[in-house]
Amino acid sequence: MSTSTLTHGQRPRVDPPALQQSPNKPAGKIDFLALLMEGRALIALIVIIIIFSLLSDNYLTLSNLLVMTRHVALNAILAIGMLMVILNGGIDLSVGSTVGLSGVIAGVLLQGLGIPALDIILYPAVWVVIACSLIIGTLVGFINGILITKFRVAPFVATLGMLYVARGAALLITDGRTFPKLQGSPELGNTGFNLIGNAAPLGVPMAVWVMLVIAAVAAFVLGKTAFGRWLYASGGNERAAELSGVPVKKVRVRVYMIAGFCAAIAGLIISSELTSAAPQTGDSYELNAIAAVVMGGAALSGGRGNIRGTLIGAFVIGFLADGLVIVGVSSYWQMVIKGAVIVMAVALDQLQQRLKTNKALTYKAPTKQKIPPTDREPASSSPQ
Amino acid sequence: MTMNTPQMNAPDEIIRARNITKRYGGVHALTGVDFVIRRGKVTTLFGENGAGKSTLMKILSGVEQPTSGSIELDGVEVAFASPSDAVDLGITIIHQELNLAPNLSVRDNIFLGREAKTATGTIDYTAENQIVEELMTQLEEDITPDTLVSDLRLGQQQIVEIAKALASNARVLIMDEPTSALSATEVGVLFKVISDLTASGVSIVYISHHLEEALHVTDYAVVFRDGSLIATEVRANIDLPWIINTMVGHAPEPVFDNHTPTYGDVTLSIRNAHVPDQSTPGRLSVEGVSIDVRAGEVVCIYGLMGAGRTELLEALAGRLPLVSGSVELEGTDISDLSIRERIERGLALVPEDRQRDGLVQLLSVGHNISLASLGAIAKGFWLSSRAEKRNVDRGIAEVRVKTSSPRASITSLSGGNQQKVVIGKMLLTNPHVLLLDEPTRGIDVGAKGEIFALLAAEARKGLGVLFVTSEITEALTASNRIIVMSRGKIVREFLTAEATREEVMSASGESDAIDSDSADSHHNNRPSHELSSAHRKNGAVL
Repeated sequence: MSTSTLTHGQRPRVDPPALQQSPNKPAGKIDFLALLMEGRALIALIVIIIIFSLLSDNYLTLSNLLVMTRHVALNAILAIGMLMVILNGGIDLSVGSTVGLSGVIAGVLLQGLGIPALDIILYPAVWVVIACSLIIGTLVGFINGILITKFRVAPFVATLGMLYVARGAALLITDGRTFPKLQGSPELGNTGFNLIGNAAPLGVPMAVWVMLVIAAVAAFVLGKTAFGRWLYASGGNERAAELSGVPVKKVRVRVYMIAGFCAAIAGLIISSELTSAAPQTGDSYELNAIAAVVMGGAALSGGRGNIRGTLIGAFVIGFLADGLVIVGVSSYWQMVIKGAVIVMAVALDQLQQRLKTNKALTYKAPTKQKIPPTDREPASSSPQ
Repeated sequence: MTMNTPQMNAPDEIIRARNITKRYGGVHALTGVDFVIRRGKVTTLFGENGAGKSTLMKILSGVEQPTSGSIELDGVEVAFASPSDAVDLGITIIHQELNLAPNLSVRDNIFLGREAKTATGTIDYTAENQIVEELMTQLEEDITPDTLVSDLRLGQQQIVEIAKALASNARVLIMDEPTSALSATEVGVLFKVISDLTASGVSIVYISHHLEEALHVTDYAVVFRDGSLIATEVRANIDLPWIINTMVGHAPEPVFDNHTPTYGDVTLSIRNAHVPDQSTPGRLSVEGVSIDVRAGEVVCIYGLMGAGRTELLEALAGRLPLVSGSVELEGTDISDLSIRERIERGLALVPEDRQRDGLVQLLSVGHNISLASLGAIAKGFWLSSRAEKRNVDRGIAEVRVKTSSPRASITSLSGGNQQKVVIGKMLLTNPHVLLLDEPTRGIDVGAKGEIFALLAAEARKGLGVLFVTSEITEALTASNRIIVMSRGKIVREFLTAEATREEVMSASGESDAIDSDSADSHHNNRPSHELSSAHRKNGAVL
């Protein structure tokens, strides 16, 4: 049943409590629990750091922290793009393939783009290479967006298709091979590509700087622009957003473009770090990104989530994975533990949502016009 | 008359409800209702929206539990914890909204949850098909058991619902607006089925807004008003005016002071609008409707559910397409514009379903109220939080939302305040014409008054208002002009100052007899001849 049952013959009434009733608990306990739950990802991160520094002397060293953060940065960049898509209520499975494709594009251009008809080989400048790579990544996202809005393909399916197409394209371009030696040569004027991944201004790896900049920009967009609000609104209730004049389709196309753009950046960083571009790069990275986003408290149904949470989520996953490697846990166990942690995080998130609801209900009750002891509240008052 | 005098002795009663009270939070939906259903008779519940009919039916069918009071079935006190408890005891309800799985066949729907089993435990399709075919013969519908429900017309789906209830061998059958989706022929068949059922001892509880239809079929009339049972009468003693008068009572009159308005030019002009029916492809939900709304005028569209009112407003707002016809806003055709562009030009809709279409539950009060006007206050890319706060404060003050803070969760507000947020959201876009679909649905009386006072105030400032309601009191007290719609067409139009309850209500009903009568005279106080003879026929069967 839905609220549409209210149309007829029902006494005017306060809207049904938006959420399900559940057993009451003493308020104090809930508050403590809620506080614990609110910061659970951060607490998890701290616990992980403490445990691994006890297990290994090498874990909590500056150099290791920098190395781990560099690993985290790649996933975090992908996760920020993924967060935008998930806030919209969608999913993007193609970002891993886009990472590979954009790296390969950079590789092709730096190796020299032969034009047989004119019998010349073009060696574009590094900034052109970067721009082309980013454009291709954004274009992949644009195609995803068009498939989803114009052709009404479900996001899961559209981006699953793109996962194969983009990967296939990367393999086609390179014929399955890896482009080595992307550092360029001074006489061709295309040096400097390797700096993206290997430079470390102020001792902090470039990837981490890029992550920080992207996170800051994304947080600004989500919090301080109409686009950000439209994104939360259309993810939370697309019908209401549309009737309020929010350009929901435009917003949707944009978020996939952002996800593609972020994937291209990650692809550039990886190929620059390795100074080579392999078409298989980024395989299954989309799953790590999704894991970071949900770990950070975002709802897959859309409308709920933020940058801070996503960053912490990425750190939890990255620091856990690297810690397990350092203490020498077998790679099979690593997978089991990682999976268990992700599921546990989401289960806790659901618990937190319920706690919030209880709190809202117990808090609301006294402010209403005296409700007599509700021994027979409608047990089945449906959520919205 | 052919009717028996009501016998108050117990064997005649199948259900007796004693002193039923139901509260939702602080709101009384039912107060101390004593109610009897008689074996093998049709009992009809009359009452305006919100009078408590549906609440009582939900209690009788186990969907909800009473706050206090008791129910006796055949003299034994019973309590239903869930609808299946009630079904087990032979009480079945046919809800107004269809509860069918469209992806399953007619047979699978009819036996859903009560599948016939073979000796090995698999579903006995042969037996099921046979029962379905018998039921369809009884209902005079040519529907095969294997037909998918999604392939049926809405009216046929309603028949399937009825068949489903019949298949459960109900002793008491509750029908909530069973005819709203049926054609005239189908209604005839339904009435025949009802008289067959009552003849075989089944008791029927009937709820309908089509008063004439209900009068036609009923043996007893029970009238509700404001959550109380006002009157119980045998069919012989009542007629249409009695029902209307008893239903309406002496309702408190207006909060509305736009009765001496000054109108501006026509701002919204709808010409010959045709809107497709979303649930049945190929049919129209709105057929050739033309309405002009002037600046400063409050126009009400009154009609029953399914009259095409919602579809009309959604087409005006740009959610549904027009098959033909045009919509002009201040002289320019806007029929091809998107929802967004229409809002920018000054046409905004406050939708019927607040939770589904009006609010983003995850956002705060402030973010909800500024949602529609964000584009206007954002400077380029940058959304200044100060500009937004000004906007939010203006909106909250304008519609007087009672909230602890703009940051509060939207779900923490009462229904009335939530509705004010939705209205405020659209008012912040500075509309020239505001469309509202059932603006007072599910909100308390005080908030209703405030909302209409607000609309009147905006109208005096030059806003054109077009609102839809199915509550007659609202239509008569909150508008300057009433347009009555029925089955997708405009059937009559009144200046509110000259309209009477009886006329407006009769015009919205389905009875042709009443329609033609009221077209001639303003005082249609007699039940039509046709009705009384129909009743006599019905009484004879019993």
